Amino acid sequence: MSQATLHAERAAASLRLERALVVLGIVALIAAPFVIYPIFVMKMLCFALFACAFNLLLGYTGLLSFGHAAFFGGAAYFCAYAVKAWGWPPEAGILLGTAGAAGMGLVMGFLAIRRQGIYFSMITLALAQMFYFFCVQAPFTEGEDGIQGVPRGHLFGVVDLNVTMNMYFFVLAVFLIGVLAVWRIVNSPFGMILRSIRENENRAISLGYSVGRYKLAAFVMSAALAGFAGATKAIVFQFATLTDVTWQMSGEVILMTLLGGIGTMAGPAVGAGLVVGLENTLATSGFPVTIATGLIFMVCVLVFRRGIVGEIYARWLGRVDAGSDKP
Amino acid sequence: MTMIFGIPIQALLGQLLVGLINGSFYAMLSLGLAVIFGLLRIINFAHGALYMLGAFIGYLLLVHLGIGYWPALVLVPLAVGLFGMAIERMALSRLYRLDPLYGLLFTFGLALVIEGVFRYYYGVSGNPYAVPTLLAGGTNLGFMFLPNYRGWVVAASLIVCIGTWLLIEKTRLGSYLRAATENPELVQAFGVNVPLLLTLTYGLGAALAGLAGILAAPVYQVSPLMGSDLIIVVFAVVVVGGMGSILGAIVTGYLLGLAEGLTKVFYPEASNLVVFVIMAIVLLLRPAGLFGRDA
Repeated sequence: MSQATLHAERAAASLRLERALVVLGIVALIAAPFVIYPIFVMKMLCFALFACAFNLLLGYTGLLSFGHAAFFGGAAYFCAYAVKAWGWPPEAGILLGTAGAAGMGLVMGFLAIRRQGIYFSMITLALAQMFYFFCVQAPFTEGEDGIQGVPRGHLFGVVDLNVTMNMYFFVLAVFLIGVLAVWRIVNSPFGMILRSIRENENRAISLGYSVGRYKLAAFVMSAALAGFAGATKAIVFQFATLTDVTWQMSGEVILMTLLGGIGTMAGPAVGAGLVVGLENTLATSGFPVTIATGLIFMVCVLVFRRGIVGEIYARWLGRVDAGSDKP
Repeated sequence: MTMIFGIPIQALLGQLLVGLINGSFYAMLSLGLAVIFGLLRIINFAHGALYMLGAFIGYLLLVHLGIGYWPALVLVPLAVGLFGMAIERMALSRLYRLDPLYGLLFTFGLALVIEGVFRYYYGVSGNPYAVPTLLAGGTNLGFMFLPNYRGWVVAASLIVCIGTWLLIEKTRLGSYLRAATENPELVQAFGVNVPLLLTLTYGLGAALAGLAGILAAPVYQVSPLMGSDLIIVVFAVVVVGGMGSILGAIVTGYLLGLAEGLTKVFYPEASNLVVFVIMAIVLLLRPAGLFGRDA
């Protein structure tokens, strides 16, 4: 069998699997709030979108940002402040948070893409830590207390978000829009160029692509979507605190992506669900969360680098390969 | 009272001393990071945790076994170095063939575990570690009062930095190390045991972090969080200095410590930010870092 047909068959098989997962996932998410505590599912959805946005950068462009908490938590602050202090409606606050995160992404990305590989990670980490110190001192974030009692308000002046189910389906819509955006970006010609940069940066340069601009664009998009998730979280929980801008949060989103599967569409969302669920369980057991997350990190890196969804894909595609060996 | 730029000279010198002390720790830690990165191509995120581990082992030796500061100065780097070698053998050695990002992620997880364990058993509050009697008190230098221990920290860190630099640049072992950095296959072909060299290098880096930790114990409080706060600043130092040269890492460490001290005098609000701001400026003007070799 020729390499090309095998390739086409693999692609078709992975598409089939992806479609089945998407349909199953949406049905499960519509049913979820009637079975599980809705606030908890909303938290999962916000983190899932955050991880998907992060994966746009790590999984599809090959850039490991260690500073994504700045966009997630920064957007939460912008949104919470606009809604509480200026009385903006929730949708405007979320848009402001998203735009603010994109702006921060532009500045941080511009600096960070000047170096490659491991330096890129260290620069993003350092810049995010700088933003953290800024948030500790700036008066508008209200320091250790954070911005509390953010009103949920009425979406477009009509839908009362104080009703839990309204809030839930709004968050679900945000999540689906965000993931659709990631999917669209990844599967566009632009996304293909990003993947080529991930696979071989020098070759992409020699083909005439101005790699720096593509990296920066990917960074800004990823930051904006992370901000979209963070701002929505601020509306759901009605507060924005320092926790969301710490380096631990940047580490957490890496863990979600790694555990679920770097470079897969569904992986980060699955990883986010598991990590949030695990933290919820551990919170009542008294076992320290950091030890658990650290251990998962080490195990994932040593023996489980494809992640859960990546592992499932590999099995599934392996079966296709095995099947296609027969005439 | 003598004034410089409207600041009393005592205050200025006092903050410069604090900056020099911080700079000593930045220099020792970025030195260790540079040594490890040079050969292993791994950014050791656990460096801050190893530094904290050093301080804690010193503290526990004193509290539980009554072993004082001077023996600890030898025992702690030994213990942390052995711990580092065990980690390298069991885990890091499996990651060399992979993207260097995995090394960063693994050591990040390791840092979380080490920090988590100490947080679980000792909480987040700091534990005081008394200055050894030999170095208690201070000396009046005429223009300022210098606590003896702080003077010792600056001197010790200089000795450690220069010693490590000499070890790498002037000894036979160091020449193997530098050769293995350039071309590990070739060095192995000459009969040098490169895997052992890698283990020893990580052990050396870890021991340096542990030594910095025990030196820091009497200056700062011994707390599980002392390492993670520091390591990110040290990363910025490493970005500014570039990891191409050992000497570059050392010099940048001291310079940025001093810059931080100066900022505390003139614009205290920005003292946490200044290292990162300098990093951003260096990235704009000289992306490869002050002492970096490659772009």
